[in-house]
Amino acid sequence: MTGSFAALAPVIPTPHIEYGQLSPMLLVFGAAIVGVLVEAFAPRSLRRSLHLALTLGSLAGAFVLTIVIATSSTLFAGGSAGHIAAMGAVAVDRPTLFIQGTILVLAFISVLLIAESSHDVSAFAAQAAAVPGSPEEREGLLAGISHTEVYPLTLFAIGGMLLFPASNDLLTMFVALEVLSLPLYLLSGLARRRRLLSQEAAMKYFLLGAFSSAFFLFGIAMLYGFSGSVKLGAIAAAASGNTASSVLLYAGIALIGVGLLFKIGAVPFQSWKPDVYQGSPTPVTALMASCTLVSAFGALLRVFYVAFGQLTWDWRPAMWAVAIVTMLGGAIIAITQTDVKRLLAYSSIAQAGYILTGVIAATTAGLSSSMFYLAAYGIATIGAFAIVTLIRDPGGEAGHLSSWAGLGKRSPLVAGTFAFFLIAFAGIPLTSGFSSKFAVFQAAAASGGLPLVIIGVISSAIIAFPYVRVIVLMFFSEPAPDGPIVVRPSAYTSLAVGVGVLATLVLGFIPEPLLRLAHDAAAQLFVR
Amino acid sequence: MSYYVPVIVLGGLAAFFAIFSLVMGALSGPKRWNRAKLEAYECGIEPTRQPAGIRFPVKYYLTAMLFIVFDIEIIFLYPWAVAFDRLGVFGLVEMVTFVATVLVAYAYVWRRGGLEWD
Repeated sequence: MTGSFAALAPVIPTPHIEYGQLSPMLLVFGAAIVGVLVEAFAPRSLRRSLHLALTLGSLAGAFVLTIVIATSSTLFAGGSAGHIAAMGAVAVDRPTLFIQGTILVLAFISVLLIAESSHDVSAFAAQAAAVPGSPEEREGLLAGISHTEVYPLTLFAIGGMLLFPASNDLLTMFVALEVLSLPLYLLSGLARRRRLLSQEAAMKYFLLGAFSSAFFLFGIAMLYGFSGSVKLGAIAAAASGNTASSVLLYAGIALIGVGLLFKIGAVPFQSWKPDVYQGSPTPVTALMASCTLVSAFGALLRVFYVAFGQLTWDWRPAMWAVAIVTMLGGAIIAITQTDVKRLLAYSSIAQAGYILTGVIAATTAGLSSSMFYLAAYGIATIGAFAIVTLIRDPGGEAGHLSSWAGLGKRSPLVAGTFAFFLIAFAGIPLTSGFSSKFAVFQAAAASGGLPLVIIGVISSAIIAFPYVRVIVLMFFSEPAPDGPIVVRPSAYTSLAVGVGVLATLVLGFIPEPLLRLAHDAAAQLFVR
Repeated sequence: MSYYVPVIVLGGLAAFFAIFSLVMGALSGPKRWNRAKLEAYECGIEPTRQPAGIRFPVKYYLTAMLFIVFDIEIIFLYPWAVAFDRLGVFGLVEMVTFVATVLVAYAYVWRRGGLEWD
């Protein structure tokens, strides 16, 4: 009996892993594991500085490794689009390396915000397990401690974000999705102030995230049923040679799409975004609004360009509908917001809609403009959230817009910087917001998406209204007598804001270098 | 098809045992009804209601979670142990990496007091 089984078992080739090509991810995950050891063995007084050196060092090292891989002559020799490493699980190609580089830069700046500790002990709770308002909580606050697990958790999340857009099979992609999501669920519940709001955010994010993961997983099952493989290339091959019923295929596309669009926060899967962005500690919100968005769009681009690349005519109508309601919904609901973090959340929803118009193009121009948009928007949004951490009242951050009244008169530099970011989000010329919107709308129009572009421009005009209202509120209304204080930022936050302003200006005036880099990276689309 | 015969036989045995136990229990067992027996989740005693709003320790969850981690580790170790000679150095390196990461998690739980019952 055993003999017959052994005879039938296929010969499994000895697996091998290209450690060099995966080194950026391995470095980040390795640093996260070392971070857990730091948490276990280092004395409390040393932990923060050790974590900080480890986290920033590994992110910088991973970025250097990414550049080394991208410039290596062997990987892309003879016009090769890239290489599929780790037995078909991970794709190493130029768009992926561009997206990973973007994530690493944005993560580095976000970690600077996470490390900020001058104007409070930190943004994170002393003891997340203590009941809000309990004696244990007061004890922890008086001791001046805060959770340093934040750093390894952030690194785990970033490692997952690096793997998510690089996954070449759907199961690896699902594992990466969980690796990036689970630490984020935890991190969003760790706010030092307004802890109930933070815990509510974590709970909502977890429940809805688990729900979307289930959709994603069900989609994988459908596509496996259709094609007999979870590899993106095999699914594409099965789809192009398909003549029989494609119910499984379309159900799979729809379910996978729901899972990915949830992470992006596209309408109608956006309901978690304002609550989670508002309740999470602001540095974590900055991380989610930049890195998670880039990573999720990277994965969306890969799945829809590689696996469903020949089915453009099938998924385009649905994506059109999603992009239209995302652009309009995000912009219109943004008008009614009274909390600055919720306003930025709806702004992020609308921006996701603009990037979707680039995704829908399904051309090299669509890919390159989406990647450029993600880089430009990510860096500006971190800067905007960094400003939010500076405006404080006795209860923590002063999120309500009424307390931002007259800020321009008391603190013109901070208010001016925030106004600059809002102008960039609105897409006014000479900011990165204009050049990136121009790029995606151009790509969309070139591939028959002119109605989308028109709706995008209308949406931009609508969402300019809440932005201008905040600017008017800051500069042309009287400050409230008991208004919030503007804390002096330490080097970390100043650096994050400074990089945001500089990048937004430079990419507005001379976008060509980064645009060309994105264009070169996208020239051959993804490796199959 | 013949490869499924053992599975079908095993499934048949399982179904037979389940049905047999239920039927024999219903036919031959004594029937002494009382309040505890009629509870939805019957375990032999009547439940006492907890006062609302108090917190009580559920320390066993940490032990349970740790158990699952090592359970999964063993699941991965079995196939490796069967074919470790054919996987060679690559298999050894990968397995050591995997066990080391689990060990790190264990060290964290130990150092942060997760194994102390009180």
